[in-house]
Amino acid sequence: MNIHEYQAKEIFAEYGVPTPKGKIANSVEEAVENAKELGGPVWVVKAQIHAGGRGLGGGVKLAKSLDEVEKYAQEILGMTLVTHQTGPEGKLVQKVYIEDGADIKDELYLSVVLDRAQEMPIIMASTEGGMDIETVAEKTPEKIIKVTIDPSIGFQGFHGRELVFGLGITDKNEQRKMIDFASKLYKLYMDKDAEMIEINPLVKTGSGDFIALDGKMGFDDSALGRHPELEAMRDISEEDPDEREAAQYGLSYIALDGEIGCMVNGAGLAMGTMDTINYMGGTPANFLDVGGSANAQTVAKGFEIILKNPNVKAIFVNIFGGIVRCDRIANGILEATKLVDVHVPVVVRLDGTNAPEAAEILKNANIANVIPATDLADGAAKAVAAAKGEL
Amino acid sequence: MSILVNKDTKVIVQGFTGKEGTFHAEQCIDYGTNIVGGVTPNKGGETHLGKPVFNTVKDAVDATGATVSMVFVPPAFVADAVMEAADAGIELAVIITEGAPVKDMMFAKQYATKHNMKTIGPNCPGIITAQECKIGIMPGMIFKKGNVGLISKSGTLTYEGANQVVKEGFGISTAVGIGGDPIIGLSYKQILPMFEADPETEAIVMIGEIGGDLEIQAAKLIKEQITKPVVAFIAGQTAPKGKRMGHAGAIISGSAGTAKEKMEALEAAGVKVVVSPAEIGKAVAEVLAKK
Repeated sequence: MNIHEYQAKEIFAEYGVPTPKGKIANSVEEAVENAKELGGPVWVVKAQIHAGGRGLGGGVKLAKSLDEVEKYAQEILGMTLVTHQTGPEGKLVQKVYIEDGADIKDELYLSVVLDRAQEMPIIMASTEGGMDIETVAEKTPEKIIKVTIDPSIGFQGFHGRELVFGLGITDKNEQRKMIDFASKLYKLYMDKDAEMIEINPLVKTGSGDFIALDGKMGFDDSALGRHPELEAMRDISEEDPDEREAAQYGLSYIALDGEIGCMVNGAGLAMGTMDTINYMGGTPANFLDVGGSANAQTVAKGFEIILKNPNVKAIFVNIFGGIVRCDRIANGILEATKLVDVHVPVVVRLDGTNAPEAAEILKNANIANVIPATDLADGAAKAVAAAKGEL
Repeated sequence: MSILVNKDTKVIVQGFTGKEGTFHAEQCIDYGTNIVGGVTPNKGGETHLGKPVFNTVKDAVDATGATVSMVFVPPAFVADAVMEAADAGIELAVIITEGAPVKDMMFAKQYATKHNMKTIGPNCPGIITAQECKIGIMPGMIFKKGNVGLISKSGTLTYEGANQVVKEGFGISTAVGIGGDPIIGLSYKQILPMFEADPETEAIVMIGEIGGDLEIQAAKLIKEQITKPVVAFIAGQTAPKGKRMGHAGAIISGSAGTAKEKMEALEAAGVKVVVSPAEIGKAVAEVLAKK
């Protein structure tokens, strides 16, 4: 789960990680009110959406008067912001964050993420703040400092020294401040089961202080159960409504831009099914994992969600029945076709336990829309043909 | 021969009396797995599925001599259970549970390693040595005995792959589902050399997916150490960037962890890479015919 910048900054404040003063606003009036309270003389008006690149898309503006705050808040609130991370459809801005302008001397980059190869958190830092870190990593990898923290010992002094010397910070006072900053960020990362914390830019002010000018944070979904305070920060308007609805029924759904709806058990086979459709010259309309215990209700829900997508021309149900027997799934599919109006051809491949019985059930049901398939290759080929109207 | 487990392996079940634990332990017993007991705190002394229940893993190990534990406890208790197993001298913990917090696994795996305990999973179907020992949730009847070793991050792709291998007239020596989480126990890098050393295994199928770089590490190792033919499929060639594809670890972060880079690395290491899982069986038949 990701959170907004203003929420990340609330958590920073809780951990003593310095940030500019700021207040969140839901309306233009509130934005101006906040600006008055903060005092100025300059403010930054920032769109709050879960995506990077907001500045380039026109979602971050520097205001030099209360009138400008009003003007920019007006512009930004309600706009559909398109950035390289939102996709072409963009995201509706419903909140703006009003923040004190900072006295920026240098822009740095700092993040804490899990290094999957080492299975430990790493702190990544760079003097090239304000830039896309992937670009920095590609063009000037020597400008990225990586410090691995073994969680069994936690953040030690030597980690801090590696970091500040790597960043070329020579002033002892500044060294101390940066080490303090990074150690607090590491503590936050561990305490909150964060998946990623990124500050870009982290600025050094004219007076040699380090402050988090931006803040991006994501958390381990599996750990949210023990963090009700984080769960309370969830903004459902940032989530895809279909993905969310699917999740409520234990289905894992992701919309794609193709024509063949997929309903599969297991994440790996679901991806493999998409890949096979693509290989056979079709295009997958979605990823959908119905989970290990597919039944009539989950299958019906799956059909319903897949069919919301107007691009879907055919559906490929690809189930490898293991513990769940195929004959039960076949009956589930028949029942589901009664619950939901399935108006496109449905290719069904059921393999594994009791597959012959399942095939018999589907054959005897004799539903015009249901096309049985013998294996994965056969099913994918039939689904591709059906989507082209050739079946 | 086989790897890691066989018909003599003594297995206990942590979370034995729970719904999932009970259902799958029974299936394992039916398959022939030598399940010698289970652990559920406060139920020590009872009998479940005809096997003794113990309060602690230590008690279970002392009484039964078990060396492997199959873990079915709820996600929040996985790390505790795994560390308890390591502390009690268990040699291999097979963690089936899905949804354990990543931070917990980070600590649990470190502790397990310190105690020389191997782990498989979490979020995996388990391990099966065909027609001898099933420790997990896979449908046993698919796995006919044979000369193909299988390693996979995905449960249903393991079944798909094994089924195709069997349909082509071959069989499985051992199949290991290593799990799709960001931090997992045994991976390709550790298991490939085991298959290389196993006289029964003549070819290896490895099934990977997007996210992380375990498959890239595997490619390096294959190039240097593996002489047996390897067939690979990487799921998620058509997956969008930045989206978690069902498994917690199946995500392309930025431009890293794509199927393409993994497929290229494996191909460069001499692996027969198939673009669709539907081709796994045929590819195995092909590489075995060449031998």
